[in-house]
Amino acid sequence: MKSEQDKDAGRLQAAGAAPVEKSKARTERPEWASGLRQLYDSVVDEDIPDQFKDLLSQLDTKN
Amino acid sequence: MGSNTRTVAEKADFKRELTEVVPHLRAFARGLCGRADMADDLVQEALLKAWAAQERFEPGTSMRAWTFVILRNAYLTDMRRNRFRGEYDENVAERVLTAPAGQEEPLHLSDMHRALLTLPPERREALLLVGAGGFSYEEAANICGCAVGTIKSRVGRARAALNAMLADGSIPRRSTSDDAAHRAILEELDEVAAGNGIAARS
Repeated sequence: MKSEQDKDAGRLQAAGAAPVEKSKARTERPEWASGLRQLYDSVVDEDIPDQFKDLLSQLDTKN
Repeated sequence: MGSNTRTVAEKADFKRELTEVVPHLRAFARGLCGRADMADDLVQEALLKAWAAQERFEPGTSMRAWTFVILRNAYLTDMRRNRFRGEYDENVAERVLTAPAGQEEPLHLSDMHRALLTLPPERREALLLVGAGGFSYEEAANICGCAVGTIKSRVGRARAALNAMLADGSIPRRSTSDDAAHRAILEELDEVAAGNGIAARS
């Protein structure tokens, strides 16, 4: 919910200022927006399963 | 099989780049079809197809975009054969998303994923490409073979749907594999696959 606000916080607010109210930014980048990226990144960050290493190493022998 | 005009060095480059995009292919596939095992099958299929088609890859262009097209086509083909049911694998992610300070109810990856899987496929893929994969609207349009405006519209609708779902708490709790949801997904899919997404109404 406030991930965008966190970003805004650095950009727009002096330290100690009250949090930005639910703003336009929220409609642009609601809470799930960072969740969506985390979902994607969590898979990107996984170790590559051996099946892919095997497959890639076999590609060379196939023509 | 056939003769290959690429040099050894070019083939090595291709393979290196292909290897580098595997994590992204897995992430895209997971988002598309929901289940880790099926997603990985899809990635394997895409890798083999990409390897076989490597002479059609233009060196210097985006390997990620090129392979996403291949993966997407494989997905659409398999979906139409009813291989994927949009099931959510509960084992994949019960991890809690990093809850921003002050947020009362942490959003779970699993909630996010289930919500995503309720979206019609063309909106889901548009949102995945732009919102998760970081592609521009133009790149996403190229990958999906549709107009930029179409992608923008799909992303907009997907965002609105997720906003509504998360705002009123109507995220499906368990699985999106119930018949109604599945039927809806397949119906939408037919339209996407039939026109390759071009000029789809949304």
